[in-house]
Amino acid sequence: MPELLQFLFSGVTVGAVYALVALGFTIIYNASDVVNFAQGEFVMLGGMLTFVCHAAGLPLPLAALIAIAATSAIGVAMNKLAIEPARGAPVVSLIIITIGASIFIRGGAQLLFGKQIHSFPAFSGDTPLRIGGATILPQSLWVIGGAVVVFVGLWLFFTRTLTGRAVLATSNNRLAAQLVGINTGFVMTLSFALSAGIGALAGVLATPITLTSYDVGLAFALKGFAAAMLGGMGNPKGALAGGFLLGLIEALTAGYLSSQYKDAAAFVVILLVLFFMPQGLFGQKSVDRV
Amino acid sequence: MLTVEGLRSRYGRIEVLHGIDLHVDSGEIVTVVGANGAGKTTLLKCLSGTQPVSGGTITFRGETLTGVPAHRRPARGLTQSPEGRQIFTNLTVEENLRLGAYLFTDDRVEKDMGDAFAMFPILREKRNLAAGGLSGGQQQMLAMARALMGRPSCLLLDEPSMGLAPIIVQQIFNVVSGLKALGVTVLLVEQNAFGALKIADRGYVMETGRITMEGAAADLIADPRIREAYLGI
Repeated sequence: MPELLQFLFSGVTVGAVYALVALGFTIIYNASDVVNFAQGEFVMLGGMLTFVCHAAGLPLPLAALIAIAATSAIGVAMNKLAIEPARGAPVVSLIIITIGASIFIRGGAQLLFGKQIHSFPAFSGDTPLRIGGATILPQSLWVIGGAVVVFVGLWLFFTRTLTGRAVLATSNNRLAAQLVGINTGFVMTLSFALSAGIGALAGVLATPITLTSYDVGLAFALKGFAAAMLGGMGNPKGALAGGFLLGLIEALTAGYLSSQYKDAAAFVVILLVLFFMPQGLFGQKSVDRV
Repeated sequence: MLTVEGLRSRYGRIEVLHGIDLHVDSGEIVTVVGANGAGKTTLLKCLSGTQPVSGGTITFRGETLTGVPAHRRPARGLTQSPEGRQIFTNLTVEENLRLGAYLFTDDRVEKDMGDAFAMFPILREKRNLAAGGLSGGQQQMLAMARALMGRPSCLLLDEPSMGLAPIIVQQIFNVVSGLKALGVTVLLVEQNAFGALKIADRGYVMETGRITMEGAAADLIADPRIREAYLGI
């Protein structure tokens, strides 16, 4: 029994990281229908920039804030320099541009920060908490808490605020959004800033557990994308559920079968879901009547 | 209120508006009628800022609109209800209306929504449904109601009767002619020339990117050339 609990703890921790990455995907997807594959690089930048600032002598909270702000700025720059000039191109082209941007960011990080693996201290120490015979790191609670807070924030943003609905309106019908007075260019800037900031936050929270190096982004992007697809692309609820579900599937497979199969198990489940529920678990069917 | 002088616009190298002159005075319903492809929709898109202008000027309430981006024009009182309705299909009817008043956060938004529901009672019934599930006529009503939520002083209406059953068309035209009483000036673009001229004060006839006739709506309806070319009488 403690064994199962232990697997669940580790699954929820990893799942929270996936959920944060998936939530980042959600925002840009909602604003533009683009799946931003550079989302994983934002996670890497969050961890890496925090490490650099912390190593330079800044206190950890300040280092984390700077890293999140800087990553947001990089997200905005990516939109301005790479996505906006290609506005009007098919969505697939834009997605490929994001893949290019992710390779560019990864290469830049390798040049600037080197190839070493880095980390920084956990926020609340490294003494594991004992719960029901299993242990959990205090940092895991930070990650889980972060995912839940970001989820609640986004959910309120999209359902309760006019700006949030303007984001949804922009993705649904850009022309009509302009005609009611929505500055669609600003909506895109805002989406990239938010997405990148949330990605960076994931990196800041997870790095004490997972460590960071210039090339961790790709794995985060793939798993976060899988989580978002599993839950239903574009839906914050789906991103959260998909993230936790994916983390749990991986942890249980690794625990009871073999850690070699954990990625395979996760992707098999995703394939099954997409076969039988192509919209994902929480995705809404699009209603269009002509 | 709205003055257009020598307006030109092109798609790539092909010019589709060859110098349009027209004006709409405050409180009027003015209609631009003409066949499919005459450039009527392009004209409205130039006015709302969603189609680039290659020459001429647009003046609205004494200020030029040159260089004013589309999303800033509703704040000046010029709002377009576009061709093909262009509602937010994934959002509910109520969310569509709320977004119509995107520029406003005051108490009048609630009141305007009540007025919109009074104007189109079917929208009240369907307020919590996704707008994409509405019928064509209901979507047209929603598009007009959404535009009115933006408190326009001048409403640009593009083909509101397109593809709708005659009884719905009549209902839509009745609402348009009622806008006058609400103090909204209307520029109505229509293929349904007869219906549009019947409710308009003045009319323009557009052919292949040019204005070919203009005058009081009653005179245009009576004109033998119009009757033959557009009214099928």
